[in-house]
Amino acid sequence: MAAGALAPDLDSHGVAAWVRGRPVVVGLVATVVLLVSIVLGVGLGSVQIGPNETVGVILWKTLGVRIGLDWSAASEAIIWDLRLPRVLTAMVIGSGLAVAGATFQGLLRNPLADPYVLGTASGAALGAAIAVLIPVQIVLIEFGLLHAFAFAGALLSAYVVFRLGGSGGAGGLTRLLLTGYAVGSVLAALLTMAMYVSGADLRQIFSFLLGGLAGASWARLVVAAPLIIGACVLMMVRSRSLDGLLLGDAAASHLGIDVRHERGILLALASLATAAGVAISGLIGFVGLVVPHVVRLVVGPAARRVLPISAIVGAALLSAADLVARLVGDVPVGVVMALLGAPFFLFLLQRTRSSYEL
Amino acid sequence: MTAVAPILAAHDVTVAYGDRRVVDAATFEVGGGERVALVGPNGAGKSSLLRAMTGVLRPSSGSVHLCGAPIDTVERSAVARTIAVVPELIQLPFEMPVHEVVALGRLPHEPPFTGLRTTDHLAVAGAMDRVGIAHLAHRDVRELSMGERQLVFIAVAVAQSAQILVLDEPTAHLDIRHQVDVMELLVDLNQRDGTTVVAVLHDLALAAHFFPRVAVLSGGRIVADGAPAATLGPEQIRSVFGVDPALVRLPVGAS
Repeated sequence: MAAGALAPDLDSHGVAAWVRGRPVVVGLVATVVLLVSIVLGVGLGSVQIGPNETVGVILWKTLGVRIGLDWSAASEAIIWDLRLPRVLTAMVIGSGLAVAGATFQGLLRNPLADPYVLGTASGAALGAAIAVLIPVQIVLIEFGLLHAFAFAGALLSAYVVFRLGGSGGAGGLTRLLLTGYAVGSVLAALLTMAMYVSGADLRQIFSFLLGGLAGASWARLVVAAPLIIGACVLMMVRSRSLDGLLLGDAAASHLGIDVRHERGILLALASLATAAGVAISGLIGFVGLVVPHVVRLVVGPAARRVLPISAIVGAALLSAADLVARLVGDVPVGVVMALLGAPFFLFLLQRTRSSYEL
Repeated sequence: MTAVAPILAAHDVTVAYGDRRVVDAATFEVGGGERVALVGPNGAGKSSLLRAMTGVLRPSSGSVHLCGAPIDTVERSAVARTIAVVPELIQLPFEMPVHEVVALGRLPHEPPFTGLRTTDHLAVAGAMDRVGIAHLAHRDVRELSMGERQLVFIAVAVAQSAQILVLDEPTAHLDIRHQVDVMELLVDLNQRDGTTVVAVLHDLALAAHFFPRVAVLSGGRIVADGAPAATLGPEQIRSVFGVDPALVRLPVGAS
């Protein structure tokens, strides 16, 4: 509608313009891809399970509907207890990272920003590592602690970077990014140190560094999903502020946006979405960088379209990457993401006509 | 000079960065429906005074009133519905079509969550028409020339449909023909729509020709304020700008 009302001449940009005017079509296509990747992700693995059986078990367990098929108890256990929580966890974390990435890119007015650039993800990983080192044995508290520490770590590092690097206004973006790099390095060093002193917990902390979904379970998903989905929805609600902030602090403020307030809220939400994911999966790169990039190329820069579609694409991408990771022989998905994501990103950079300004 | 009750008023406003007083107890009132140019040499404090008067910079001392209320007590979005500001040139981080940038001018009017309504779309199309950039609607702002970009941000402010339009050097990147177009647009907005216009200008000839009131800022103080014939006389030009008045041919003799 937004473009349609004003855009009689779409010929100039052909297909791209047609797609751009129809974010709903893009959203629908992405949703179908998402559903297919659920069925594939749950069905494929060391034990292959057919799509009929997969859909049958999921429908029976979720809606109580039988579709006239039989399956073994083993299949049901594999589908319901092992693979489905893992696939859903990948999807939730993927959308959280993608939406957080889109938000960071908007807030920092920089296409190179992602949940890593301000040290946010590293801060979350360090927080989670510290939580692992604290000797608490009760399962529920342990999960709560993990998320609380990861969020605190993420927020604290984002805050420190913003304080030291200036808010990024008035040409200070380069300084902000360099500050993020430096703080991120300190956090990575601290994480290594945590590994060094961790003793028996080494394996778990090491997996935070590699980024993997082997630790996914219903119990963890139930804690993380509401945090991530809630944060993403709240970021989407603030889409227009994000659009306004693209013009820079002064202009946004002249358009009636309370810049400090809005930026603080959006930063906290993006940190929360990142941290709740990192607490389960550890550091997974490139989702938050590549997804918003691609989505923006297809539907344009308006946050109202970029955020929701990034959420769907991020979910599909990370679940697909995790499927690849499992099929190759249980490689950490963070490794797969980096191996596939980085070259793809380079390919994108080569193709884009427009220049990038820091 | 202000016959009407001031819609925007700065009283004894001082803006200081550290020890340096950029604006020094300046008093500057703008009446509803006026068209005022603010001129002065580089570093005179014009931009700082504007920033204080639009509520984005808190003065060290003094007060700014918008429609009679202290501006820092007025909600940001309410200020934005009353004052539209054309800022200095903006760089955009992403490819962005012109009509979507102009639509950002509707931000203070949009109800939350619903997005742009029909009235907003009309205002956006109207603003692009009026500024003369309708043919650029689907172009990427970053691909435009400096002058065209300047026009886009003027259109953003027009779409904001505020009572007061504040411009900081709106003609800085424009060629002479576009400079005159923008000046005529400002006159038209002022006379036809009753929009109050406050513009910082470097070009004294444009100020003198298109503005019935010209205020001169020097060393952070308003040193002259009134009709251009009085405020842009040879002695002001010599003392304020430090140049030989013969170099500046102003159309003030005619008015």
